[in-house]
Amino acid sequence: MIRPALLPQPRPSRRAILAAPALLALGASHAAAAERRLVAAGGVITEILYALGRQDLLVGVDSTSLHPAEAMREKANVGYVRALSAEGVLSLRPTDLLAVEGAGPPDTVKLIAEAGVKVVRISEDTSEAGVAARIRTIGAIADAADRAEALAAKVEAGFAALKQQRDALAARKRVLFVLSLQNGRVMVGGARSSADAIIRLAGAINAADSVEGFKPLTDEGLIAAAPDVVLMMKHNEHAASADQVFSQPALSATPAARTRALVAMDGLYLLGFGPRTPDAARDLMAAVYAGPRP
Amino acid sequence: MAGLFASRRRRLTIGAALLAVVLVLLAVASLGSGAVKIAPADVVRVVTAWATGDREALAGRDALIILSIRVPRLLLGCLIGAALAVSGALMQGLFRNPLADPGLVGVSSGAALAAGFTIVLGDRIFGTVAAQLPFVLLPLGAFLGGLASTLILYAIATRHGRTSVAIMLLAGVALGAFAGALTGLLAFVSDDRQLRDLTFWSLGSLSGASWTKVATVTPLILPVLLAVPFLARGLNALLLGEAEAFHLGIPVQALKRAAIMMVAVAVGASVASAGVIGFVGIVVPHLLRLLFGPDHRVLLPLAALLGAILLTGADLLARTLVAPAELPIGILTAAIGAPFFLWLLLRRDRTLDA
Repeated sequence: MIRPALLPQPRPSRRAILAAPALLALGASHAAAAERRLVAAGGVITEILYALGRQDLLVGVDSTSLHPAEAMREKANVGYVRALSAEGVLSLRPTDLLAVEGAGPPDTVKLIAEAGVKVVRISEDTSEAGVAARIRTIGAIADAADRAEALAAKVEAGFAALKQQRDALAARKRVLFVLSLQNGRVMVGGARSSADAIIRLAGAINAADSVEGFKPLTDEGLIAAAPDVVLMMKHNEHAASADQVFSQPALSATPAARTRALVAMDGLYLLGFGPRTPDAARDLMAAVYAGPRP
Repeated sequence: MAGLFASRRRRLTIGAALLAVVLVLLAVASLGSGAVKIAPADVVRVVTAWATGDREALAGRDALIILSIRVPRLLLGCLIGAALAVSGALMQGLFRNPLADPGLVGVSSGAALAAGFTIVLGDRIFGTVAAQLPFVLLPLGAFLGGLASTLILYAIATRHGRTSVAIMLLAGVALGAFAGALTGLLAFVSDDRQLRDLTFWSLGSLSGASWTKVATVTPLILPVLLAVPFLARGLNALLLGEAEAFHLGIPVQALKRAAIMMVAVAVGASVASAGVIGFVGIVVPHLLRLLFGPDHRVLLPLAALLGAILLTGADLLARTLVAPAELPIGILTAAIGAPFFLWLLLRRDRTLDA
């Protein structure tokens, strides 16, 4: 059994210190919530709880909780979000399990619920309204409704500003999200993928919307997709270089190859759909329409 | 060793006693360990309270962990381990092929295909019904898929009331490849998440074991385990050859049908509740043959015990090594079983040539 004294104590963040007066006002509700212990199953939930400064309530996170980086160091890791263990989660004595829709397996989640843990499903909606709604939902659970409201409003304002920028764009570019390039097999983000959502938020056209989800695309499919820009995830500092990417025969024949337009961004930042999403979309827009940035 | 294991009765008694002791020790260790630390005294208190029906003592969290998670998990592990190992022994005896395993009669691949089908297309085809029944649709689909593919294979291999084990073996390989291709197709049309579900399902896990699962699996597996010893004499005779067995008065066709149906039901139920767990079915009978000889009257009962031991042991590691997270059990059955098996083969390589 984990004694509370052994739990990692959260360090006060700059935001928390600045928000100290608000914290004092919230003191009453915090005292009532002293016994709350949350387990987050889904990186976006962890990210939002940290953004709300409520990581003190968090006792466990899943292995997709990569942002902020200290989450993994400070909290117990209950494993991959789709392969949770009932006893593992219960060993942290949580009061609530906040789980994204895909968290599971279903039997395990059912067992956890039967053990008296309140299981709250958090939607994985990648729309602008979905992101704000998710922040408000988690804020209500974590007794941080005011701060969640402020954060959600900030995110909404970010999306509104983004929309203005988007509407001001003269012409739309075609962006191809490449998940991986292995043995010449190019995995792209098709329609209804998270990559598709962020590309559209950034005011671009998903060049791979002929396929659905993350799929390998044939060489001819790549040429037909005719992307102006290739978008990739930055893997541990050394992203695939433009040389490597555009030396692929199929990609070498695309408009993107002519201008060597390759954008590499942090994966979770780009596809997380949390509070940082307006920033991520704006960064993507800037990179796509103003040429690659470091 | 040879002197000690002289008679069949003696081998069976010694083997069963040995394995039973190991299984009991393992069960005790299994109930006492996990992500939640529970003192041995508390385990004993909960178990005795449960046995005596003392309701008040069963209210706490320890009782919940032990009685709702660990006990059903232990029972499910024993049942499935026994089912897989006994099925392996049956298949190897029936096909007179040391490589035969339950997967060969198409149960695993058929079940995997059906499970993949419900994971990937369940929502689209069954719509809201699927959302209401995630606990029913997948296991039911896997069970029926395993059963259906076995029946198809049996029909292919049977001509004029005679089943050819050679054709069944070859058709099993072909059908397995075909089911594999269709599962691959499902993986192709699945989205990111469904693909991960498929992967985790194919690695197997006893996570999510519950009394409901134990209650649905027991009536399928237990009768098979109890009935299997009655096939032992027939399988022993089959070792001599099919014609010889027939002339010894063994109803060969009925024996084949019974063995195949038992494997289909037992493995179908196992796969449906815990996914695909490899290696138990193939390695356990071999281990026992190396230790106790090829007599099915000894082999089949001991296979049930050793299968239960191997799976319970693997599950104990699966849920403690990386706690509070959990490893897929299929990784561990192979990781524990394979090196041990190789070591045994290297030590006693001549027994298999004989």
